Amino acid sequence: MNTSVAAVETVGLGKRYRRTWGLQDCSFTLPQGRVAALVGPNGAGKSTLLRMLAGISTPSTGTINVLGQSPRTQSIEALARVAYLDQDRPLYNDFRVEEILRFGRELNPRWDEVRARRHLEELRISLTSRIGKLSGGQQAQVALTMCLAKRPELLLLDEPVAALDPLAREDLMQILLESVEENGTTVLLSSHAVADLATVCDYVIFLSASRVQFAGELDHVLAVHRLLVGPVGTESTSLDEATIISSITAGRQSTLLVRCEQPLLDPAWEVLEPTLEEIVLAYLRADASAAYDQSEPRRGKRWTARNDISVVR
Amino acid sequence: MGDKNAMIHFRLDPRSGVPPYRQLIDQVRQMVSLGLLRAGDQLPSVREVMRQITINPNTVHRAYRDLEAEGLVEGRQGRGTFIVEVGTPPTTPKRQAELHEDLVVWIKKARLAGMDDETIMALVTLALQAKTVAKEKVTP
Repeated sequence: MNTSVAAVETVGLGKRYRRTWGLQDCSFTLPQGRVAALVGPNGAGKSTLLRMLAGISTPSTGTINVLGQSPRTQSIEALARVAYLDQDRPLYNDFRVEEILRFGRELNPRWDEVRARRHLEELRISLTSRIGKLSGGQQAQVALTMCLAKRPELLLLDEPVAALDPLAREDLMQILLESVEENGTTVLLSSHAVADLATVCDYVIFLSASRVQFAGELDHVLAVHRLLVGPVGTESTSLDEATIISSITAGRQSTLLVRCEQPLLDPAWEVLEPTLEEIVLAYLRADASAAYDQSEPRRGKRWTARNDISVVR
Repeated sequence: MGDKNAMIHFRLDPRSGVPPYRQLIDQVRQMVSLGLLRAGDQLPSVREVMRQITINPNTVHRAYRDLEAEGLVEGRQGRGTFIVEVGTPPTTPKRQAELHEDLVVWIKKARLAGMDDETIMALVTLALQAKTVAKEKVTP
């Protein structure tokens, strides 16, 4: 595996559906070996992006490189390197598990039957069961097993855990992460449940309003955002360096979520480390209120969804 | 969880803003300072940690690498990661005395600026709460 090539690289990527844009001006680079979370509210363009990366849908604008190739190449070799799992988990309900395995074996040159059977055994899924008779969680496990047995270098998963109970979600993530450890697989998975991803991912791409709001290492994203709590009307020069993403005022107290490259040490504010979820919510809130909120606070730059301050590294 | 032999069972707080790799580092540090982990003790392998908690293997590698760079653990080829002998306490009495002197000077300044003890304490507390920012910068 040539690790100097990015797993995914998009430049100015866009998809237009008749009059509306499903995704616009999307540029980011995902290095190999990462587990990346594609987060954002419903309708933000997550599935649109994944489908274009998988080569199922054609971009209206911009370019995509997946493992150094255009996803529309469609050569057998290129297709074998990427696995894509749709959010509907399309499996044939009338097939037995062993039949679906055979289906995968016949169609995929790099198929790993041993591994597929081992996974299913670990999950106590019988080879003779019909797909349609399995629980939603088991169907998700079978679908993921199929993806992993392809031994892909890049795994694209659209909402893989959305419909699963906590235990099934845990099992699925374990199998996924084992593959990352064993084979160095790059994973890009979408989810709107941000909190679940914080311990699993090391890279974050945040989409909202059909645009990339930030993309980068999770550690970096966490490190450059701070939650400031202080009395209303606090004037503080340390905010000159910061970009204010959102501000909430309750009574005499202000809570700001700011983005700042330097450490913020200011006695006027209590400085806290926000969670990924708090950061994402702050951006969404800012997006929703940007239209009318021109007041508060007096120092620092105001962030808006339209000016690009992506945390790309 | 069946790993009875593990010297440490990690926990992750997904609701915390502290990055997961630092949560692991903090837990190892804390157990060493409490004497629950001692020189020669082995940390669980990346695989074992992944079985304990659903975590990205890259995160565990990163935490172990940072602990090694810090000198708290050492990786032995093909055998695992072990706690190493901890040296002298980080602050000698002499250094403590110097720090104390600095603090006295600072308190005098604060009093001159008209602050009472309570406000001074509030300032110190605030500064300590921001410790995670400061710590990263200060660690040699």
